[in-house]
Amino acid sequence: MHIPDGYLSPTTCGVMYATAIPFWAVAVKRVRKELTARTVPVLALFSAFSFTLMMFNVPIPGGTTAHAVGAAMLAIVLGPWEAVLGVSTALGIQSLFFGDGGLLTFGANCFNMAIVMPLVGYFIYKVISSNSDAMSPRRTIGAVIGSYIGIVTASACAGVELGLQPLLFHTAGGTPLYAPYGLSVAVPSMVFAHMLVAGPVEAVVTGGVVVYLQRTHSSLIKADVAKKKEGKLWLAWGALGLVALATPIGLLASGTAWGEWGVDELKTMGLSAIPQGLQKLAGWWPAPMPDYGLPRMAAVMGYILSAFVGIILIGTLTWLLGRWLSRKNKGKTDVSSEGGPPVN
Amino acid sequence: MKGDDFLTKSISGFSRVLESVVTTEDISRASGLLQILDPRVKLVSFLLFIVGVSLVHSLPVLGGIFVLIILLSLTSKISPGFFLKRVLIFVPIFTLVIAIPALFLTHGQPLVHLFGKIIITRQGALSAGFLLLRVTDSLSLGVLLVLTTPWANVLAALRWVRMPALIVDILGMTYRYMFLLLHSANAMFLARRSRVIGSFSGSENRRWLGRALATTMVKSQRLSEDVYLAMLARGYQGEVHVLQEFSLKRRDFLWIAFSSVIVIFLFWVSRL
Repeated sequence: MHIPDGYLSPTTCGVMYATAIPFWAVAVKRVRKELTARTVPVLALFSAFSFTLMMFNVPIPGGTTAHAVGAAMLAIVLGPWEAVLGVSTALGIQSLFFGDGGLLTFGANCFNMAIVMPLVGYFIYKVISSNSDAMSPRRTIGAVIGSYIGIVTASACAGVELGLQPLLFHTAGGTPLYAPYGLSVAVPSMVFAHMLVAGPVEAVVTGGVVVYLQRTHSSLIKADVAKKKEGKLWLAWGALGLVALATPIGLLASGTAWGEWGVDELKTMGLSAIPQGLQKLAGWWPAPMPDYGLPRMAAVMGYILSAFVGIILIGTLTWLLGRWLSRKNKGKTDVSSEGGPPVN
Repeated sequence: MKGDDFLTKSISGFSRVLESVVTTEDISRASGLLQILDPRVKLVSFLLFIVGVSLVHSLPVLGGIFVLIILLSLTSKISPGFFLKRVLIFVPIFTLVIAIPALFLTHGQPLVHLFGKIIITRQGALSAGFLLLRVTDSLSLGVLLVLTTPWANVLAALRWVRMPALIVDILGMTYRYMFLLLHSANAMFLARRSRVIGSFSGSENRRWLGRALATTMVKSQRLSEDVYLAMLARGYQGEVHVLQEFSLKRRDFLWIAFSSVIVIFLFWVSRL
């Protein structure tokens, strides 16, 4: 996911730097408050670890290997803002010293891998594990799902950044000046690749580390329970809201997503015979928000609303899953700790 | 032992990083053209070059820049084989793979017909060329900058361009401790490699990897505490002071003149 220089226009690079800077500022402020004079040595060691982690080859089925980013892992064990700065520094050294990821695209790479990945991963981990015990399997499940969704979301962001290039930056003759593929190619190929390979690798590695730490250094995970009380989730919510507000960017794309054509569009595409099954099934599922927009509402508002409804739906489902898992878990601990002090 | 490939791969990865750092330090201390320039001037001019390269949309200009970069590397006592290997091996080949479908997928005027059916468009060919040359140019500029500037001077130059001291200090210490952790991870992988006779299942290997990562993480956390205490004992109060002072010489002004001409040319060409 390291985007090299040359794939993104300088304007996009500028915008991505501008997006990343407030996150860095908040991270520096919060980490400084927490660590005071310790900030430099602690963050240096975290960053060095983050760099080393990205060098570990993970065996994957089929005999090959892949690398993990470990952003969500760092956020879970060391704290989300520490992870933002640690991964950013590691990416900085990679790009400055090893040419892995560009210097102009550094802002974009950090936004994807050092901001979106740890914050989304951490947020989902928090939602799923909430107040559970340090040893609870909910923490492992939260780490696995969080890191997976974190990396897939980050890849989607990279896909959007790359996919916007040919739409916004081309010569008068239509020659794309930077990354040549539009949103309909860039986003699915980034997202699918990460859903199938990099995502599972990230999830397995993060899960493995959390399980091992639970067994041997549970204080590292418990410390997080104590800290959590004051932890503010509003920032994560704010970021999610911003992303939702940005969804109308999708309107810039001309045409429909690959494979999502309606019957009418298939006809205009030169397909004279509509498959019978499609003809029959079209309109069978009365989507409450057809094509992500309410009728007669401005398209932009429709997109934003759809995004929020989607977030609320997914949020509710995840919350319910978390509650269900916690109840199951509570039943277990009640039996095992009978007569003893309450676990939580 | 196919299943334990990841051990060998990781070990060679660690050694590659360590080796490339040693070579870089050697080259950056040679007395070539770029090495003797003031790091601040070099950093700013190279960043402007990279911005210029990202703005230009003319293939001949992008090609000319690459020739210039090769000439600069030759005058800086970098062997061309080493430089080209470092620059061309990974990113441009990867970009080539990405750029090939664009030849056919981009709509526009047909340029070449293959088998009477498949068409390479003019726009597609141009676009693939832009991507490839731009990526190669910016990457080789970055590599050239780092190869000819010792890390300590890169940091000093970053501080001079008003990068917050906190970030520069963290970058400097990260670089130092990165090697310690790489060495310790390397030792872990080597130990495992030498103890394994048969081969393990993928899931056992992944479990081992999880443990190795977690151990390294715990180690780095303990180390950070020790390092902090050691710094505190030496009078650290949250600020790092630098002794290095730089002053501009006549050759630096010559370089400023030369690079300004190139940067102005790049910006002017990009407006056409």
